[in-house]
Amino acid sequence: MSDLERLERFLRTDPRDAGCDEAMAVLHIYVDLTLAGGDAAGRYPGVAAHLLACGPCAEDFTGLLAAAAGE
Amino acid sequence: MECARLPAADLDEESAAWLRRLGTAGRVREMAERELHARLVRIALAEVRRRAPATPVAGPELDDVAHQAAGDAMLAILAKLADFRGESRFITWAYRFVILEVSAKLGRHYWRNPPAVLDAGQWERLPDRFGIDPARHAESADLLAEVRRVVDEELTAHQRRVFTAIVVDGIPLDALAVRLGLRRNALYKVIFDARRKIRRALVANGYLEEPGLEQR
Repeated sequence: MSDLERLERFLRTDPRDAGCDEAMAVLHIYVDLTLAGGDAAGRYPGVAAHLLACGPCAEDFTGLLAAAAGE
Repeated sequence: MECARLPAADLDEESAAWLRRLGTAGRVREMAERELHARLVRIALAEVRRRAPATPVAGPELDDVAHQAAGDAMLAILAKLADFRGESRFITWAYRFVILEVSAKLGRHYWRNPPAVLDAGQWERLPDRFGIDPARHAESADLLAEVRRVVDEELTAHQRRVFTAIVVDGIPLDALAVRLGLRRNALYKVIFDARRKIRRALVANGYLEEPGLEQR
């Protein structure tokens, strides 16, 4: 990826982006769907778009995924 | 405390058992609470260790954060048991509380020993923030100068302060939210709008191609 592409990707915004509150409200459902091999991004496209763009929410997703995967 | 309203028949066996045990009284509930708390502590400790490289919080303070997060998550779970609708496993729903508590507490603890200060404006570090190869900093100079011009001239004062703190100075969003007394979602929206505004300016001035997904 070129420097220009990297910057462009950072600046690009997705109109489907659900925002932090909406993503965190369904994070447990999103995680269980992901662990079950379901189409979490298809069911929640706004959450999927948000997790690609928001570092803190992506961290929460990664943490919850790891926690729930161990159960 | 209210018991969750979802019929046990709609739940997986383990989730139904958790609700049954936590919704009863006496020794059974006490044992269930103890077991759940132990699990929350285990998850919180694992989570703070996973996040340790990205936070200035370390050592015993990190363990304290985990124990506080588990305790606060436990209280929230018991208070909100009636809100559980069975859309996920109970344990995943419960773990969400402790993961979010860890996030929030690490944001608050960041300011006890912060590696970056608010309003530092370390623009010379911007190439590194964007992961630009040091050998190519000179090639990117015009583009990054334009980003800085847009930030200085076209963003609102609030957008400029938030963008500079998070993107330029590398202050974690949750830590900045604590310092400014704002919710994560509110700060994210500021950054979202700033990114969109900067991108539009770069496109208008010929630095980037026409907008792709960014339409609204």
